[in-house]
Amino acid sequence: MYTETFSYLPPFSEKEVAAQIKYIMDNGWIPGIEYTEDPGLENAYWFFWKLPLFDAENAEEVMSELKACREQNPKAYIKITGYDNIRQGQVLAFVAFKPAA
Amino acid sequence: MGKNRDNVGFDAGVRDYSESGRYYYDPGYTPKDTEVLAAFRVTPQEGVPWQEAAAAVAAESSSGTWTTVWSDLLTNQERYAGRTYKIEEIPGHEDQFMAYIAYPLDLFEEGSMANLMSSIVGNVFGFKALRALRLEDLRIPPVLLRTFQGPPHGIQVERDRLNKYGRPLLGATMKPKLGLSAKNYGRVVYEALAGGLDFTKDDENITSQPFMRWRDRCEFVLEGVHKAEAETGERKGHYLNVTAGDMEEMYKRAELARDLGSRIIMVDYLTVGFTAFTSLSKWARQNGVLLHAHRALHAVLDRQRNHGIHWRVLAKWCRVVGADHVHNGTVVGKLEGDRQSTLGVAKLLRDDFVPANKSEGILFDQPWGSVPGMFPVASGGIHVWHMPELVHLFGDDSVLQFGGGTLGHPWGSRAGATANRVALEASVKARNEGRDLVKEGPAILKEAARFSPELQKALETWKDISFEFETVDALDL
Repeated sequence: MYTETFSYLPPFSEKEVAAQIKYIMDNGWIPGIEYTEDPGLENAYWFFWKLPLFDAENAEEVMSELKACREQNPKAYIKITGYDNIRQGQVLAFVAFKPAA
Repeated sequence: MGKNRDNVGFDAGVRDYSESGRYYYDPGYTPKDTEVLAAFRVTPQEGVPWQEAAAAVAAESSSGTWTTVWSDLLTNQERYAGRTYKIEEIPGHEDQFMAYIAYPLDLFEEGSMANLMSSIVGNVFGFKALRALRLEDLRIPPVLLRTFQGPPHGIQVERDRLNKYGRPLLGATMKPKLGLSAKNYGRVVYEALAGGLDFTKDDENITSQPFMRWRDRCEFVLEGVHKAEAETGERKGHYLNVTAGDMEEMYKRAELARDLGSRIIMVDYLTVGFTAFTSLSKWARQNGVLLHAHRALHAVLDRQRNHGIHWRVLAKWCRVVGADHVHNGTVVGKLEGDRQSTLGVAKLLRDDFVPANKSEGILFDQPWGSVPGMFPVASGGIHVWHMPELVHLFGDDSVLQFGGGTLGHPWGSRAGATANRVALEASVKARNEGRDLVKEGPAILKEAARFSPELQKALETWKDISFEFETVDALDL
């Protein structure tokens, strides 16, 4: 099963995930974290981890939230999202962690 | 009939269009924000003065006739005259000049592209005092724009409906163009989508021929789409071409596609005509179905450098009336199209405000107001080696279509699709990491090929293929 953007690449290392988060923040977009144990075609609203991280100042803060989300939801797929509030929509979304099969 | 027929105050005969007091030639006039502005490349017949030729174009495309008529006196000429407000030389083309004309808003009916075209690109193109005439750009004022629907959904809504963010969308046109049975065609669609494409596409001249009737294609194709979606967990679409001989049949085809769960349909927006296109665009919004526009016929209108309608105008009209995708040039592939001009059109299709920029051929500021942006589609003669440059040039909000570059993979279209998807994602990832896609493109692809045998094979297959022809449409303004 695939999960859209970057799902045809090998799983990302933490460094690679952090680089994409940095890209989101460098563009002035709002990073966010979503998770689910039931991804798939019809599931477009995964659970929010907290709210979009409006106050995050750097990729490290988002990475530590990602880690916390992962610890609490070890069986979940976890997605990083970027919101552009000018454009009023998501502009990047990719799965950062998949549970072991 | 009375006897007092002379000296009634009507001065009959032929007068110069540019005569003062007739408004058609009005240098120094400041156009209003509500006016439609046109830039025409005019090639007058020998001996016709520029200002007279320019005034004639303004007159013939607005309120004027070749001779004066008594009923001219019953109207307010000032209110309905198109005005040439500026004439410019075109360096290197001494037989041509650029005429800038302002048309009052009242000349146009709300929401009717047919009406706008009949005025601005109507009889005037056959005018005898001209050797050739080309509409280079057209500014449509927001007050008139708001009377049209625009794209049925637009880029962001399409992304939301498809749940795809942060990368160009990937497609392929199904080949051979004509002659596959519906079952076999559905197989080609399924293989390409299951391999990782977002979209597959009908060719522009597939409708409902004897070898593959509409209903059969629709059913088999959507079986393939749905199977690929179930397998991959990703939303996908096939551009089902609903182009037909009459509007009633187009609606029937669109309804069947909708009823069988198609996320997107397609139309040849120029050959069906703008009125049919407008109706289908409204249907698409009402029914929640995305609309892909193919531009078959455009080269007949836009390929001559001195006569016709420039592609950027046809593209703007496509956004005004409304599709969610339209084919634009590729810049790198086999089809012609000047690089800057093509990228300028991409802006006209996507941005909220596009400033005039002669280096892109854009002669007017174009504010789009609340009209959504639409996806430019790069298609034709492109293969996997072009991927980094395409991502660099067109950015995320584009559809990249590799027809032969998908179906021509030695291992088949599923592998071809995977190769393109891996190349696309590797390019986007690298760009986001700050790497230079133009300089490092080949290295990025080779790195990705280490974990993707499909990509490795594609890179070997198209290693030395390039299409180097001079562009047909050089920018010379």
